[in-house]
Amino acid sequence: MTTVIASAGLAVNERVEIRRNRITGKSSKTPSGKRVCIVTGTHGDELEGQYVCADTARILNENLSQLNGTVDIYPAINPLGIDSITRGIPLFDLDMNRIFPGTSEGTMAESLAMDIISDISGADICIDIHSSNIYLKEIPQIRINEITADELIPYAKMLNCDFIWIHSSATVLESTLAFSLNTTGTKTLVVEMGVGMRITKEYCRQLTAGIFNMLKNLGMWEGDVETIRTPIISGERTVEFVNSDADGFFVPCVEHWVDIEKGEHIGDVIDPLTGRIAERVTAPCCGRIFTLREFPIVYGGSLIARILGGEHNA
Amino acid sequence: MHKQVLYSIQSPYRQPMDIIGFRFGKGEKAMCVVGAMRGNEIQQMYVCSRLVSRLKELEREGSICNGKEIMIIPCVNYYSMNIGKRFWTMDNTDINRMFPGYDMGETTQRIADGLFKEIQGFTYGVQLASFYQQGDFLPHVKLMETDFTNHDDMTDFGLPYAFVRTPRPYDTTTLNYNWQVWGTKAFSLYTNATDNIDESSAKIAVDAIIRFMVRRGIVRASVNSGNLTEIIGEERLVQIHSPISGICKSYVKTGDELRSGDLLCEISDPLEGDVISKIFSPINGTVFFRYNRPLEFEKSVLYKIIKL
Repeated sequence: MTTVIASAGLAVNERVEIRRNRITGKSSKTPSGKRVCIVTGTHGDELEGQYVCADTARILNENLSQLNGTVDIYPAINPLGIDSITRGIPLFDLDMNRIFPGTSEGTMAESLAMDIISDISGADICIDIHSSNIYLKEIPQIRINEITADELIPYAKMLNCDFIWIHSSATVLESTLAFSLNTTGTKTLVVEMGVGMRITKEYCRQLTAGIFNMLKNLGMWEGDVETIRTPIISGERTVEFVNSDADGFFVPCVEHWVDIEKGEHIGDVIDPLTGRIAERVTAPCCGRIFTLREFPIVYGGSLIARILGGEHNA
Repeated sequence: MHKQVLYSIQSPYRQPMDIIGFRFGKGEKAMCVVGAMRGNEIQQMYVCSRLVSRLKELEREGSICNGKEIMIIPCVNYYSMNIGKRFWTMDNTDINRMFPGYDMGETTQRIADGLFKEIQGFTYGVQLASFYQQGDFLPHVKLMETDFTNHDDMTDFGLPYAFVRTPRPYDTTTLNYNWQVWGTKAFSLYTNATDNIDESSAKIAVDAIIRFMVRRGIVRASVNSGNLTEIIGEERLVQIHSPISGICKSYVKTGDELRSGDLLCEISDPLEGDVISKIFSPINGTVFFRYNRPLEFEKSVLYKIIKL
């Protein structure tokens, strides 16, 4: 059932609407009473979640008798952003993921944020799907703040992702949807995968399989599930950031999600005017590349890659 | 005056972007003023440029106090200003969400780091700030409440109002917050404009900064005594939201004194022209903020009123 869970009037003859698709199972077993939320479209340039939402809804609707509980799908919590290919909220130039938990006393955006939190709160699990940005490609991964790691890792392992990155706590991230939900008792997992403005079907299907595996583990899905992969967990291993020091365009010479040796060639930053190699980018440590630059133009400081350091995983 | 490049960033397709600082006097790092960090902060750059001009005069008259150094940085991000963008040209990040910066980090983290290294150690810091909300504000000074602040310092600007703000999580990466953490007494000064130039509020801002420097023994100058500043907390500001979207016609302006029940504005249907809502002041007070765009959304903040 489709419901508008938050809305506000725009200036001329239109309302912004945040829609939820609630799919309730028709299993013959004792009702589980459980609810899982799938949320995406916070940033208007991140589209991978669109496919995941649609694919999940399609499978569930075709197999309602195997669903025991409720799955709430929110494909676009920043609908104006997606519609206008704008990362933030158009007009306000605001990052939607920096205004949670929101407030009814605030602006339109803050009021919508509060309604979103209120609708999701109380779910057994919320999956918040992001897809990097237009600059970087990410291997399917779950990002977990260290303060919620113990509680969330068991669920993160169910989602069929390749990597779980436990990152340190940062005050600025306290305004995110995931932080707001986690601190008010709704377990929320942040998925990052793919690249902005694209749909990477292979990654989307991988995550969808993970979602059904999670539903199975929660006792909400009676159908078959695929064999899921075991993720690498960052744990004590360091994450090295590789930033460009030169300006120009970057051409990689490695594949994404491969092991790499310290000093190995990752790619070149090239001066477009002269053709000169302005910087030969090499790995600062051995490990595995889980983030790789997708958008070629770089300034000094542009992120080229992230490497999970420490050991090989072959 | 000494004009110097504080930090420079290269682009593959443009001339380098230099962050230029204007240094007056020598000795103790007394006062630093930072203008536009976003590409639409034209007024903020303009205020700094007027300040540089005024300080040049004072320097010629020998009115910079001995042993005091002043730094003015009118524009941190003219790459964006020159192409009409608000945030950083390539990745749309906000330099004022990157402090204290990181010299091995992303481009805007490097810019923040390069700037911050040059402006640390000043006793006082002023950022000419802007709001993301479209509207007119009464000029005021704001201070973020941390363990390092002293509210009374704000009164030396001689502006009618000074606000104390409790930092939100996203404030912790701003210049103002980090300045304070690193020992500078930092203030944000707001005028009545951002994308365009408002001469009268620019003059108010320049006078306020000069007045502060006079009162703190940094310059000698003739400047009026300004206002007796009222320091107020966020709880004194009452926000008036629009109950409905449409075209807004305001009957009050910033600074107006209100009685409870006064008509603030009418909202009309954008297609049919009928008045569909009238909004009245719920309290006695002073109009501090007024939304100034013709089209407004449901739940837009139309007014902020300082409660009497």
